[in-house]
Amino acid sequence: MSTLQPENPSIERRIALQRVGRIDPESIDDYLAEEGFVALRQLLQSANPDSVIEAVTTAGVRGHGGAGFPTGRKWYFVAKADAPVKYVVCNADESEPGTLKDRLIMEGDPFSLIEAMIIAGFTVGATTGFIYLRGEYNLARHRLENAIRQAEAAGFLGRDILGSGIDFSLHLHSGAGAYICGEETALISSLEGYRGEPRSKPPYPTQSGLWGRPTLVNNVETLVRIPPILRHGAAWYRASGTAGSPGTQIVTLLGDVNWRGVVEVPFGISTRRLIDDVGQGVKGGALKLVQSGGSSGGIIPPEWLDLPLDFDSGRAGVVLGSGALLVCNAHRCVVDLTTVVMAFFRAESCGKCVPCRVGTVELHTLLQRLTEGRGTLRDLSLLETMGAMVKRTSFCGLGITAPNVLLDGLRHFRDEYIAHARDHRCPAAVCAMQDSAWGELPHLATVG
Amino acid sequence: MSTILLTIDDRKVHGESGETILSVARQHGIPIPTLCQLQGASTFGGCRLCLVEVEGIAHPVSACNTPIKAGQRVTTQSPALRADRQMVLELLFAERNHYCAVCVQNGDCELQSAAAQAGMDHVRCPYLSPSLPVDASHAQYVLDHNRCILCMRCVRVCAEVEGAHTWQMAGRGIEARLVADNGVPWGESTTCTSCGKCVHLCPTGALYRKGASVAEMQKKRGFLLRILEGRELGRTGEEPTDDFLVPTVEIRS
Amino acid sequence: MSGQKLRLATAWLGGCSGCHMSFLDLDERLVELAEVAELVYSPIADVKEFPEAVDITLVEGAVANVDHLELAQQIRERSRIVASFGDCAVTGNVTSLRNRIPVPDLLNQVYQGGPGAIPRQSPDDPIMPALLPTVLPLHQVIEVDAFVPGCPPDPDRIWAAVRALIFGEAAPHDPHLRTFG
Ligand SMILES: Cc1cc2nc3c(=O)[nH]c(=O)nc-3n(C[C@H](O)[C@H](O)[C@H](O)COP(=O)(O)O)c2cc1C
Ligand code: SF4
Ligand code: SF4
Repeated sequence: MSTLQPENPSIERRIALQRVGRIDPESIDDYLAEEGFVALRQLLQSANPDSVIEAVTTAGVRGHGGAGFPTGRKWYFVAKADAPVKYVVCNADESEPGTLKDRLIMEGDPFSLIEAMIIAGFTVGATTGFIYLRGEYNLARHRLENAIRQAEAAGFLGRDILGSGIDFSLHLHSGAGAYICGEETALISSLEGYRGEPRSKPPYPTQSGLWGRPTLVNNVETLVRIPPILRHGAAWYRASGTAGSPGTQIVTLLGDVNWRGVVEVPFGISTRRLIDDVGQGVKGGALKLVQSGGSSGGIIPPEWLDLPLDFDSGRAGVVLGSGALLVCNAHRCVVDLTTVVMAFFRAESCGKCVPCRVGTVELHTLLQRLTEGRGTLRDLSLLETMGAMVKRTSFCGLGITAPNVLLDGLRHFRDEYIAHARDHRCPAAVCAMQDSAWGELPHLATVG
Repeated sequence: MSTILLTIDDRKVHGESGETILSVARQHGIPIPTLCQLQGASTFGGCRLCLVEVEGIAHPVSACNTPIKAGQRVTTQSPALRADRQMVLELLFAERNHYCAVCVQNGDCELQSAAAQAGMDHVRCPYLSPSLPVDASHAQYVLDHNRCILCMRCVRVCAEVEGAHTWQMAGRGIEARLVADNGVPWGESTTCTSCGKCVHLCPTGALYRKGASVAEMQKKRGFLLRILEGRELGRTGEEPTDDFLVPTVEIRS
Repeated sequence: MSGQKLRLATAWLGGCSGCHMSFLDLDERLVELAEVAELVYSPIADVKEFPEAVDITLVEGAVANVDHLELAQQIRERSRIVASFGDCAVTGNVTSLRNRIPVPDLLNQVYQGGPGAIPRQSPDDPIMPALLPTVLPLHQVIEVDAFVPGCPPDPDRIWAAVRALIFGEAAPHDPHLRTFG
């Protein structure tokens, strides 16, 4: 993965990625030379945590972990919670397929995350923080461990930070490779040493999180936006983006484009501009669809390419989610894509609730039948009914979003599913349509 | 604690703040189907059978873990809920190998009864027919994974009431399995006290008494409340009831 | 249906015939049934070919082999209403206990490990119908209009279903009449 080099000011604006690729991520001196810890120093001097909440709220920062919850409000809830102990947790489990933004930040600018977490701790009244890191992120772990050590040695972490009387200690915890542990309550269960399974909300983590204490859970990208906002002001942050989604977002561009990588752009940019100006156009054929937001996101059909990408357009159907954009050209099969996505959820379901645990397996089984040329129209109708049911009834966001690609696919490309189910034909010529064990009984594939 | 007024199925009802929709509905005699719910143990929320509609919320919510709110309007029966509950049950029957006709629990099973009650008369999706073991290593009891619906009742009652912590869930998603002592045959468990609480609260024939044959297993579901209420008995002098967990329908034997 | 009798059929696929036994246990209600319906095909009637223009067919048993498959399809083409009759037709039930075992292993275990010879297993063998890879409930092979669960469904249950199908009475809502097993 790479970022655009050099920065292209007509499209990009780097806030979260400002130092990535420009400093030595293993050197605190490099970080200090680039405005590092300035926001923290100023804050500790002013000793005014409320000012942080005000700045974050005015800047209009929204969570980049996928849900877009207003960050200022979340910080306020934890800050005002009356409890002797509180925690700050950074969600660095980044497991959404095709999403590599947090990794780039942690590998390229680990100190910025540390600074942001100290600020968060000071603001909400927590003296302990945890980074829950995706298990596979070895380089990020190495860089973060190193950064924590250097920050401790330099007096930014530990007791009485910079003589302010404020304490904050930071712990790094590596996950064991479960997507569900990115869900905040499952993450908390996992941190506590329990099985990584989501818990009922309410109570929300802001009221009762880690070990029953008020807990602030934020995504890496959300957190690293805070120091620059404190430094330059909310108006500076709002200079780009839209009214409902101010500022910038990191997009991971993948698939059939000529340039793939990570780019930070103002909210509200259209998918078309990203593909044409950043991705340098579609590769290998005409554009068929863009899958946005990782496996849990949705499908952007060509008709929607000019819609702005922000949190609010989600209502029109453009799901931004984690910021991943997977571009598919005309040679890709939407049923094949749906099957691959469902295989992911089938493997990642935690197993707690029935609709997700069994539903994802049934949906995957039915989809496989379609790709193997032994599906029926009845299978298709069951897919649609069950997909909607799994979405409606699952316990947590994993099951709720698992059928998104299926349901969006049926919405925009129904004919292609029908071709697989009724005619046993793959219009994109991707699915092998092989007869399997049932091949000796071809009449079975046509009944129902 | 303050009293909260709300409406369930067009009836005005009341509960204390912090109570769930399920508990308030039950107190007012309004039935909501459940499988994983276990009075006397913590809430799990996994079976999704207790889904209800709450005005103003687009999707159904589970009654067992949704707190009541003042002015809330709850609907417990609707064609959409019926359809969702039926499909939850279809998924459970498709997941493992439930052959009611030859099951020890036939006629006294909460899964069987919930399906009949919900109007589920066939399973539309493919049966997964997994190959699953039966653990008969315990001297008195048997664990048949083919009939386990992963409701976690056994796990909770063992940890929270008996205090033995014998049962855990291992594996993820469709691979999730109930295990004793982190994965030893039940008979080799050093924590199991053989108290039988899990056996009698298991809703299906997944846990049963050794030697029971088809339709011979009768579960004593009332004992848990008797234990828990018994702690209060000295004070109240009331006889605890034995029917707190009657199957949702009485099944012919 | 005044004057002309309703054309009723019952069929027996992969099941133990218990559902048919239970059907016979309708006892005196069979007489009532005979007044309005004519049994045009059944394991208890000597008819070789499944006839055309059947009004209602009750199907016992799961679809386990190619013969079942063929008969099921014929039944669907020639019947106005098809009902899955008993648990094996509705769920696969005991007949489908073999589903987790691959067919060759199964045949080996039963016929090679024990006494007796391996049966011929070519699909065009006129005597031994080839087993399907997995046993299926009837509705996963053909459209089914009504379900009568039970192993076997007891006569009261059968009677309620038959009345609903023949006399158009509202289908019974009683959960007691709907349990599996
Ligand atoms: C199945 C699932 C997986 C998730 N994975 C992640 C993840 O990898 N990283 C993340 O930051 N948030 C993830 N989330 C969202 C978190 O639950 C939570 O909303 C987020 O960490 C809050 O941070 P934010 O407000 O900064 O976005 C996931 C949610 C679900 C339902
Ligand atoms: S939807 Fe249910 S099974 Fe799926 S991950 Fe969430 S709690 Fe687990
Ligand atoms: S063994 Fe019984 S009580 Fe335990 S999880 Fe399975 S179904 Fe529930």
